[in-house]
Amino acid sequence: MSVSGLGGEFALIGMSESAVGIVPDKSPRELCVQVTLDAIQDAGLTLGEVDGLITCNAFAEPIMYHAEAVAEYIGWQPRHCVTVNTGGGTTFMALNMAAAAIQAGMADTIVVAMADSLRSFMSREQAMVVQSSSGHPHYEQPYGPTVPAYYALIARAHMDQFGTTEAQFAEAAVSCRAWASQHPKAQKRDPISVEDVMNSRAIADPLKVLDCSLVSDGGAAVVITRKDRAKNGPHKPVTLLGYGEGHAYEHISQAKNLTTSAAAQSGRAAYTEAGLTPDDIDLLQLYDCFTPALLIQIEDLGFCDKGEGGAWLASGISKPGGSKPMNTHGGMLSYCHPGNPGAMFGLTEAMIQMRGNAGERQLPNMRTALCHAQGGIMSSHATIILGAED
Amino acid sequence: MAKPVPRPTPTEQPFYDACAAGKLVLQRCQHCGHVVFYPRTHCDACQSDQLAWEDASGAGTIASYTVVRRAVSADFEAPYVIALIDLAEGPRMMSQIIDADPDALAVGLSVKVDFAAWSEDITLPVFRLHPALDGGDAGP
Repeated sequence: MSVSGLGGEFALIGMSESAVGIVPDKSPRELCVQVTLDAIQDAGLTLGEVDGLITCNAFAEPIMYHAEAVAEYIGWQPRHCVTVNTGGGTTFMALNMAAAAIQAGMADTIVVAMADSLRSFMSREQAMVVQSSSGHPHYEQPYGPTVPAYYALIARAHMDQFGTTEAQFAEAAVSCRAWASQHPKAQKRDPISVEDVMNSRAIADPLKVLDCSLVSDGGAAVVITRKDRAKNGPHKPVTLLGYGEGHAYEHISQAKNLTTSAAAQSGRAAYTEAGLTPDDIDLLQLYDCFTPALLIQIEDLGFCDKGEGGAWLASGISKPGGSKPMNTHGGMLSYCHPGNPGAMFGLTEAMIQMRGNAGERQLPNMRTALCHAQGGIMSSHATIILGAED
Repeated sequence: MAKPVPRPTPTEQPFYDACAAGKLVLQRCQHCGHVVFYPRTHCDACQSDQLAWEDASGAGTIASYTVVRRAVSADFEAPYVIALIDLAEGPRMMSQIIDADPDALAVGLSVKVDFAAWSEDITLPVFRLHPALDGGDAGP
């Protein structure tokens, strides 16, 4: 077993997504149940052949024992059942915990399922309260910061240190939207220009509303098992080649460095385990909660030198037709962002691309994908590298 | 609703008592000399629990800032300036910069502490631009 317990020994054999965007007809719990069953069916398995469930809680419908409640709803008593909460990083940390649980003999095949309904099951006021609760209650929240404001602090520091421009941040949103315009399910599909982003409503300088991710409903699930058990399913398994984590702080006011994140550590660990470098990655599925977060991940994950993220984005390399396609579903900026499940869609999109099922936006010769997720204010990071089966 | 207000722990109370008296105080580690903020029981450089309060200069520089255009709640009136301040003694602090023209703000500018009442019981440190420390006009 290598650094994380994942590298090369585990495979994703099933996946599912609910409807995304504005989904008022199902509660978060109902969405989570649906994607759980759909992912098991996609893997060619029955409920009785799966013995683990990992979920994350929903802001719009918090449940004390969330995973147990999802299992109860469908009359299931899995051997391993646990709820994980590491914010936006939950997706890949849960995946690593699933692999570790399988390695430890706690289960053989596990569903990782997440859903939330920030759009339809919460008032905007509730959503703002959830957002503001992310700061330190004594040394940040009293001053009235918003989540966009925290990322604006990071953006301003990057602009000051490296000469990055607002137009370069905007390029991240333009790239994601260009991909989303090719995805029939995306919440926002109308192409946008840098000028559209620059002229959109000011939220927290230098960030405008189009620099900020969506508020959405939706859920997704994947099924993970040991590679030697993954042979007989209806779809080619996707191998987990590498995994890494990095944890720098909780509160942005305690960050030692505003412009370099712990994505540098999580990326390094994942590349080492996979035996790959950034040059080897065919598809980047990064965590675009805000455009500066995306730009800093591009640098910290080694796709360009530090400080060159703005130029990298402005070159168009990540857009349709570019050599480093990024967030081909449209990301959280344009596909959907239901909160903690947000990064699940980066993962399911990578699987869709590896299966060759991405339709208009299908990439040729998809061999490797890097998926990244972060929680907090660029606080905790998880990187996963996936490989297609021959 | 009202603005969020800290409910200090016994460990934190000296910080807020000083703010109410118009003074900024910070903890210094008696083991390694590191200056600590936010207030806590253990040094975040060497984990010693030998921390002692001392007066701070109240001077700092802007590490980053943002003009919030959409307030977090109805208790705040946009626009307002959230900043990360690098205190002269070393630690970084989130605060507001008050009474500043947003166009006059820049990373690296000098600021000086002031104090503002957040509730009947709680006074918080806020900051003002301090051009004199940057060699500029001290202003009125």
